[in-house]
Amino acid sequence: MGEFDFSVWQPSLPFIRDGLLFTLRLTLVAMTGGIVIGTLLALARLSPIAPLSRLAGAYVDLMRSIPLVLVILWFFLVIPFITGSPVGAETSAIITFTAFEAAFYCEIMRSGIQSVPRGQVHAAHALGLGQAQTMIHVILPQAMRNMLPVLLTQTIVLFQDTSLVYAIGAKDMLKAADVVGKNYNRPVEMIVLSALIYFAICFSLSLAVKQLQNRVAIIR
Amino acid sequence: MIEIRNVSKWYGQTQVLKGCSTHVAKGEVVVVCGPSGSGKSTLIKCVNGLEPFAQGAITVDGISVSDPKTDLPRLRARVGMVFQHFELFPHMSVEQNLALAQVKVLGRSPDEAAARGVALLDRVGLREHATKFPGQLSGGQQQRVAIARALAMDPVCLLFDEPTSALDPEMIGEVLDVMVELAQEGMTMMVVTHEMGFARKVAKRVVFMDHGEIVEDAPTNAFFDAPASERAKTFLSRILHH
Repeated sequence: MGEFDFSVWQPSLPFIRDGLLFTLRLTLVAMTGGIVIGTLLALARLSPIAPLSRLAGAYVDLMRSIPLVLVILWFFLVIPFITGSPVGAETSAIITFTAFEAAFYCEIMRSGIQSVPRGQVHAAHALGLGQAQTMIHVILPQAMRNMLPVLLTQTIVLFQDTSLVYAIGAKDMLKAADVVGKNYNRPVEMIVLSALIYFAICFSLSLAVKQLQNRVAIIR
Repeated sequence: MIEIRNVSKWYGQTQVLKGCSTHVAKGEVVVVCGPSGSGKSTLIKCVNGLEPFAQGAITVDGISVSDPKTDLPRLRARVGMVFQHFELFPHMSVEQNLALAQVKVLGRSPDEAAARGVALLDRVGLREHATKFPGQLSGGQQQRVAIARALAMDPVCLLFDEPTSALDPEMIGEVLDVMVELAQEGMTMMVVTHEMGFARKVAKRVVFMDHGEIVEDAPTNAFFDAPASERAKTFLSRILHH
């Protein structure tokens, strides 16, 4: 193979950018959808209605016991079977990640909700707030704040995991790097580039989370 | 105003309230005291239905607390409660703490709620702290905000669950001052406390509890001057002589 030739990075940039945009979009949609559905799942898990709680628990256990790659492949093959028409790798990836991450965000939100002291519930009830109002105005904002660093850390993991959509051929950043690498016959250089970009983004996000943690700690 | 009849409650096998009966008339202040674990906090939490009870009946302003048909949130909105650990909402500013239930429960407009909030903060001497968060206030200040928050709902009566027990000694006075003022204005109050000076000053009656039972329910002077039971005598000698 000879010496490294990093000049391939220059022409690859437009492709990498498009791939990165998809990776970021996938991360943001899966995070937002995952937190919303995860919160609903957490409420179901903590619900006094036993069947609801068990159903949510079973869903979380299932998702957490299967490797993500398998879930990605499985959804990719099963969704067209259910809907009757192929949905494309990108849409399939978005649905899969939202569904999968919801299980992880569920567990985070569940411990967040449980971290809010019982006295807060009493105080809200004593003021005449109903169950739903108490949850929306008193419990969830505090749960969210208590869990913010963990939620963001999970999002960084999610950002890295999106590279697994490679398995179904969705055009994320890793796939773009791979394609360019093959076209220019410089696969190693392109893998190095994508690794650097992943590292730069994840490392700065981690630093940001640490900063945030300190700030939250002061407010409390 | 508050009618408690024969209330019993169990936690599993342990009976924590044993046939408790007492009442608080309109405009009256009744102090509930007793050693820790005597069930006084549990009893006061039964009054607005925060704690369910197995037997007996409690009515507030003629409305039954345990009747499944009672709209409990609506009843609670009319019964103010102040807690040992303040329980302000830490993610909201002081003014937001005061406005939340006014807007969401009573349906007041945000402006109306804010105006009422400012007036009450003024009254507890904390007007300049409206935009601060609970974590930025001292314990005494937080408890005064909590009292203002309860008053913002225009309650027909107020319940206090050991309102000064979590405070540093130098802050107890500022909270008791607010409570004494309320009592003198004719607010109906049921107060679980060990502050016997407060009881002597404003309480019409003192209820003494031990092991889940109401052992004595006597006019304030009678209770302090001549407690009828040995248990009340022992309790008083312990808390008054140190």
